[in-house]
Amino acid sequence: MGATDVNDPRYYHKVVDCQWACPAHTNVPGYLRLIAQGRYDDSYMLNRESNVFPGILGRTCDRPCEPACRRVRVEEKPVAICRLKRVAADLRGDITARLPKAPKQKNGKRIACVGAGPASLTVANDLLPLGYDVTIFEQNAKPGGLMRVNIPAFRLPASVLDEECGYIIDMGATMKYGTPIDSMKALLAKGYDAVFVGSGAPKGKELDLPGRHDDPGKIHIGIEWLANVHFGHVERIEPRVLIIGVGNTAMDCCRTAKRVGATDVTVIARRGRKHFKASPWELEDAEEELVEIVENHSPKRFVVENGTLVGMEFEVLEWTEDASGRQKSTVKETRILPCDAVILAIGQDNAFPWIERDVGIEFDPKWDMPVVDKTTFQSTREGVFFGGDAAWGPENIIWAVAHGHQAAISIHQHCQGKPVTERPPQGMTLVSAKMGMHSWAYSNDYEPAKRAKMQHEDLTKRFADITVEVELGFTPEQAAREVQRCLNCDIQTHFTTSLCIECDACVDVCPTRCLTITTNGTSEADLRTRLSAPAENLDQAVYVSDALPQTKRVMVKDEDVCLHCGLCAERCPTAAWDMRTFDLKLPYAGMMQP
Amino acid sequence: MTSIAKPPVKHPSSRQNGIGLTLRDYEGVMSTLCAGCGHDSITASIVQAAWEMELEPHRVGKMSGIGCSSKTTAYFMKQSHGFNSVHGRMPSVTSGAAAANGGLTYIGVSGDGDSLSIGVGQLCHAIRRNVNMLYMLENNGVYGLTKGQFSASADIGSTSKKGEANEQAPIDPILLALSLGATYVARSFSGDKRQLVPIIKAGIAHKGFALVDVISPCVTFNDHEGSTKSYAYTRQHEVEAVEADYVPLRREITMPETKGAVTVVQMHDGSSVRLRPTAPDYDPTDRESAYAHVRACQARGEIATGLLFVSEGARDMHELARTVPTPLVDVPFEALCPGQAALDKLMARYR
Ligand SMILES: Cc1cc2nc3c(=O)[nH]c(=O)nc-3n(C[C@H](O)[C@H](O)[C@H](O)COP(=O)(O)OP(=O)(O)OC[C@H]3O[C@@H](n4cnc5c(N)ncnc54)[C@H](O)[C@@H]3O)c2cc1C
Ligand SMILES: Cc1ncc(C[n+]2csc(CCOP(=O)(O)OP(=O)(O)O)c2C)c(N)n1
Ligand code: SF4
Ligand code: SF4
Ligand code: SF4
Ligand SMILES: [Mg+2]
Repeated sequence: MGATDVNDPRYYHKVVDCQWACPAHTNVPGYLRLIAQGRYDDSYMLNRESNVFPGILGRTCDRPCEPACRRVRVEEKPVAICRLKRVAADLRGDITARLPKAPKQKNGKRIACVGAGPASLTVANDLLPLGYDVTIFEQNAKPGGLMRVNIPAFRLPASVLDEECGYIIDMGATMKYGTPIDSMKALLAKGYDAVFVGSGAPKGKELDLPGRHDDPGKIHIGIEWLANVHFGHVERIEPRVLIIGVGNTAMDCCRTAKRVGATDVTVIARRGRKHFKASPWELEDAEEELVEIVENHSPKRFVVENGTLVGMEFEVLEWTEDASGRQKSTVKETRILPCDAVILAIGQDNAFPWIERDVGIEFDPKWDMPVVDKTTFQSTREGVFFGGDAAWGPENIIWAVAHGHQAAISIHQHCQGKPVTERPPQGMTLVSAKMGMHSWAYSNDYEPAKRAKMQHEDLTKRFADITVEVELGFTPEQAAREVQRCLNCDIQTHFTTSLCIECDACVDVCPTRCLTITTNGTSEADLRTRLSAPAENLDQAVYVSDALPQTKRVMVKDEDVCLHCGLCAERCPTAAWDMRTFDLKLPYAGMMQP
Repeated sequence: MTSIAKPPVKHPSSRQNGIGLTLRDYEGVMSTLCAGCGHDSITASIVQAAWEMELEPHRVGKMSGIGCSSKTTAYFMKQSHGFNSVHGRMPSVTSGAAAANGGLTYIGVSGDGDSLSIGVGQLCHAIRRNVNMLYMLENNGVYGLTKGQFSASADIGSTSKKGEANEQAPIDPILLALSLGATYVARSFSGDKRQLVPIIKAGIAHKGFALVDVISPCVTFNDHEGSTKSYAYTRQHEVEAVEADYVPLRREITMPETKGAVTVVQMHDGSSVRLRPTAPDYDPTDRESAYAHVRACQARGEIATGLLFVSEGARDMHELARTVPTPLVDVPFEALCPGQAALDKLMARYR
């Protein structure tokens, strides 16, 4: 088979598993090394480039990077990537001078954003420095979107949110608070050069079962109830609360309930634990706060006696798997769980009552969702873009940021009269990490420590004040050790075929048997079975060199469990293997030239 | 030298052998040899062979002399016994160890300098005594440790790194061993594990002296153009004369039938070695045939490799000397040291 093309930035990018998994492709190993060097400001700024909200995301990110982390292939737990981001944010000094700035001279283009959530704020972040005039219309009185009104302050302090939203707004965005947009037609009539819709997925799902409307004051919709707690409209809840649903919203609801008077909080799940939607760490945090989680219960009806909610009836299910692997349930019994209040946390829907259906923005008839292009984020009306939860339904903050960056590129193209389909390419730099004989620009030794444990505030203190942040953050000592658990996947093993004398030193020294010199095969599938250790993880690439000088065999590397320890390069007599720092150059709006 | 020790992390697919050890359990400390040294590859082959044979590390003695090659006993089987002797004396020290405890598996590692210059006499007598051991002669044509002087295996006309040519005739350890009556004689190349690992395994299984001459390039002092022991030269001139596959006792012979006649040699422990010579008139169980073949290759400028000669069933040192086969540590004290009366009786025979 042909040799691998490592000049395509995607090859080495994919080796950096966390960065590949991150929707915004944050340079994780890069920022972790900066933390290791105590360069918190630099680490913060590197984060900010791609994910815009390091302090917020360091506390709340859904962290798709962590399950992807290479570390889980050699031990149980990934590097605490997310909470280390918070370390960079917490320990940074004043970085305001290093923030991007809007030029005095504007470019004359006016952009309207609907909603001041993370998606719109990212668009503003990318366009303001290019001289755009950006106006953000927000129905609430403050920016942040769901990050502010739904994510509870005990997970995300308002001060962190204010500061990071402020970095963008202070570049000179025009903020129109308390201004719900109720007509797209009217907005379009104002003659903006482009419109970005970042209005989120604002509608909590209903559960229309018998009794639902018989004691309405005791039955709440999760995201509305959380917002009401945030705004101070709700200050108390009854002692016994059932939460229906076991996603991340349910976790925030149960923990919030514990802080506003509930004593017995039970989360009800229709299925078994391994199907729960909530992240494992959110489940852990809820259970630490003595929330009970009940599995395999399917809601039947609200039990309302004399106009008062007294409980809820459930079918207790047993799940079996049929031959095709499909899950089937049978009802074992019905059961009433007593309660004084119920919170419904079974999902969110989009709602665009304010977008007229005759303005050229096509809606999918089945889902009643706008038709949005996956690459350009443009709707069927030129110049109108969607991103964040508004585009394809509820996701999370980091996806909203990723969408915002891409939409900003499109808006910039659109405003320059260029096709939005013409996207700036990704680039890369690859620089030898060799600093001298067996000395590298990174610490290549393997840190055997287990994942650092996050310290939490006392339960009594937490329940006493809803704004007390639960997680205390890592101590500098914890952080220093945790960053060393990173395997530096961006320090790539780079091979120069012409230098290899086929001495086998690299093959012999590799602790995880990644390397093989063998006769070339007809396909990757064939090669995968003939390696020093079988390359069974098909998600991970296999590198194949050109024909080697002496025997015309090929050098093959299974990227799967490479520790990036650099021993192959240290044992190579000819520097055919070298460790090289890979830096993915992500394009942002205005960076058309690579 | 590497800047770090090998991370203690295993590949997820890493398996345990029959005694519960993984391949990495057969490793030793990190090598301090030059990066790219052939000796390190031989070490890796020994690790592989020992793991596959399920050797119990505490039943192995690693013996060596002086030289880069001799240092390598530290780089495998860190849980085994070891003796790093003076220069050229590994054969005698191993003879002594084997005399005292024939129950251990002896793996001797030496170099061409250690074995063919200062230690050539020792080597000859260990072969004659047929000490039950594996003798790995890591042959790079130079004294690597002392910075690349020609050794006794350097070919006439091969040049040093600085360009002077060697003018003295080489000692070929294969021909030496064949003429001294060695019962297991093989040659291989550090860069060919497919060939080397079965040869090591069969050599360990062999009862008696097993000499394995391994061309093992010295990247630092003998891997240049004029060298006849470089990676490139060896690859160009190596001719595999006999293919060998080692078949352990517990595995049935399910090897695909190869073309050409296959000779199966039964080892004393019940395992077997399958040999397939590449030349039709070559019989690797016949000493004369082997000698002639190696000479013929040499005349053509080829390096004959493979398991070149094997003869199972010869008497080893204990049998030749009629000494007790039980390790002396296991012989009861009264028998081992029968006292003054027994000594007096013995002395009386000489009066
Ligand atoms: C309870 C809960 C907890 C969550 N926890 C996390 C978490 O821990 N981590 C994570 O990554 N994600 C979390 N999410 C998801 C995350 O908050 C959202 O995915 C993200 O905020 C979406 O960003 P957005 O910019 O698309 O929209 P939003 O954040 O929803 O912002 C939309 C904004 O638009 C405004 N708006 C809407 N319509 C109009 C209009 N017509 N006119 C003017 N303004 C309008 C809204 O008031 C709002 O401010 C959570 C969601 C919920 C519900
Ligand atoms: C009695 C004695 N004489 C000489 C030396 C110096 N000396 C050390 S190693 C060596 C030669 C080693 O050559 P070889 O066995 O081929 O090992 P290599 O380093 O090539 O693997 C010599 C002469 C010594 N250590 N002891
Ligand atoms: S860096 Fe080299 S030696 Fe280390 S694990 Fe990766 S391939 Fe193996
Ligand atoms: S160590 Fe270097 S020269 Fe030797 S086989 Fe590996 S890449 Fe080739
Ligand atoms: S000097 Fe030669 S024999 Fe010694 S370690 Fe270096 S390469 Fe190997
Ligand atoms: Mg030598």
